[in-house]
Amino acid sequence: MDFTEEQLKRYSRHIILPEVGGKGQKRILNARVLVVGAGGLGCPVGYYLAAAGVGTIGMVDNDSVELSNLQRQIAHSTRTIGVNKAESAKQTFEALNPDVSVIPIKDRLNSKNILDIIKDYDIVVDGTDNFPTRYLINDACVMTKKPLVSGAILRFEGQVTTILPGDGPCYRCLFEEPPPPGLVPSCQEAGVLGVLPGVIGALQATEVLKLILGKGKPLKGELLIYDALGANFRKVKIPKNEDCPVCGKEPRIRELVDYTEEYCSLT
Amino acid sequence: MAVKVKIPVPLQRLTQGKEEVEGEAGTVISLIESLDKKYPGIGERISEGGKIRRFVNIYVNEEDIRFLDNEQTPVKDGDVVSIVPAIAGGLILRGRT
Repeated sequence: MDFTEEQLKRYSRHIILPEVGGKGQKRILNARVLVVGAGGLGCPVGYYLAAAGVGTIGMVDNDSVELSNLQRQIAHSTRTIGVNKAESAKQTFEALNPDVSVIPIKDRLNSKNILDIIKDYDIVVDGTDNFPTRYLINDACVMTKKPLVSGAILRFEGQVTTILPGDGPCYRCLFEEPPPPGLVPSCQEAGVLGVLPGVIGALQATEVLKLILGKGKPLKGELLIYDALGANFRKVKIPKNEDCPVCGKEPRIRELVDYTEEYCSLT
Repeated sequence: MAVKVKIPVPLQRLTQGKEEVEGEAGTVISLIESLDKKYPGIGERISEGGKIRRFVNIYVNEEDIRFLDNEQTPVKDGDVVSIVPAIAGGLILRGRT
C-alpha cells in the first residue's frame, strides 16, 4: 500500500518522526482499536486516534447524546443531541479523517457479547464510567490476551494504566474486586472538570499509539495518577499478584461475570 | 517531620478539602487510626476491622503495602503514604454512612 499525495500531507508530521516514519504510519492505518464508551474519555481517545489515522475504530455506546454531556464529550455537538453516541462519534471522526472507518456498536457490553466484539480488534481502550463494565473488560482482555489501556476519572482526578496480559499485572491485580454491594449503600452523581477526561483520554490515546508503533515504554505495572487541582502527576507501582483471581497462577475466575450495578443504588 | 498522607479526591471532603495531611509514624493501620481521630469517618472508608478494604490501595513511597507487610507495614517520618481508591467516573462511592 502506497500513500496518496493527500496522506503524505496529512500524516507528514508523523512521517518525519524517526520513531514513526512511513512504516509506522502504515501500522497505524492498519490498526484496529476498540474504544468502550463514547463519553468523556472515549471522545478524546477516538478523536486523536482518528486524527492519527487508526484505520478501524470501534466505538461502543448505547446511550444518546444529552446536553449535559457537551461540557466534556467533545466528539458530540448541539446538533447531535438525541443521537446515539457511537453514531455521533462516527460522524465527527469520519469528517475529520476519511481514511478512518468508525464502527458504531450501539450496545452495552456484557458477558455474552464481549468476546465476540473484542475479537476483531488489536487493542481495547476502557473509557467506561462504571465498575461492572470495567471488570468485565479486564477479565475478557486477560482471557483473550488483548492489550488494554484503562482510564478512569472523578471530579479532578484521573488514573491511567496499560495492561498487557501475560506480560504484567491486570486491573484485578490493582483492585481485586469492585466495591461489594453491601458496603456502598448510596452513591451520588459526581461532578467532573470538563477538561479532565481530555487529559486522561489523551494519555490513553498516546499509550495506544505507542503500542501500535512498538515504541517507548508502555505504562504497564504502574498506575499514573493525575491530580488536576494540585497540578501533579504521580505513579504508583502495580505488582503482579500471583493470587490474582483472573491472571494469577490458579485463577478462580474462568468465566466472565456480569456484576449488577445495584451496589450503587441511587436511593 | 511527620508522615505525609496523600488524600484522594473522593475523601477530601473529610479532610476539609486538603489533598495532603500529616500523620503519625508507626504502622499503616495505626496511621489510619490516628487520622480517623483528626478526621472522623476516614478510617471506616479505608478499612474495616483493621483490614484495608479491597477496593482501596495504600502505597508507602509508591510501594503497594499488599506486597510489603500489609496493614503492619511500618511508616516513618518523611515517608509519603498514598491512599488510592478504585474510581470509575460517573458515580462517587460514599462508603458506609
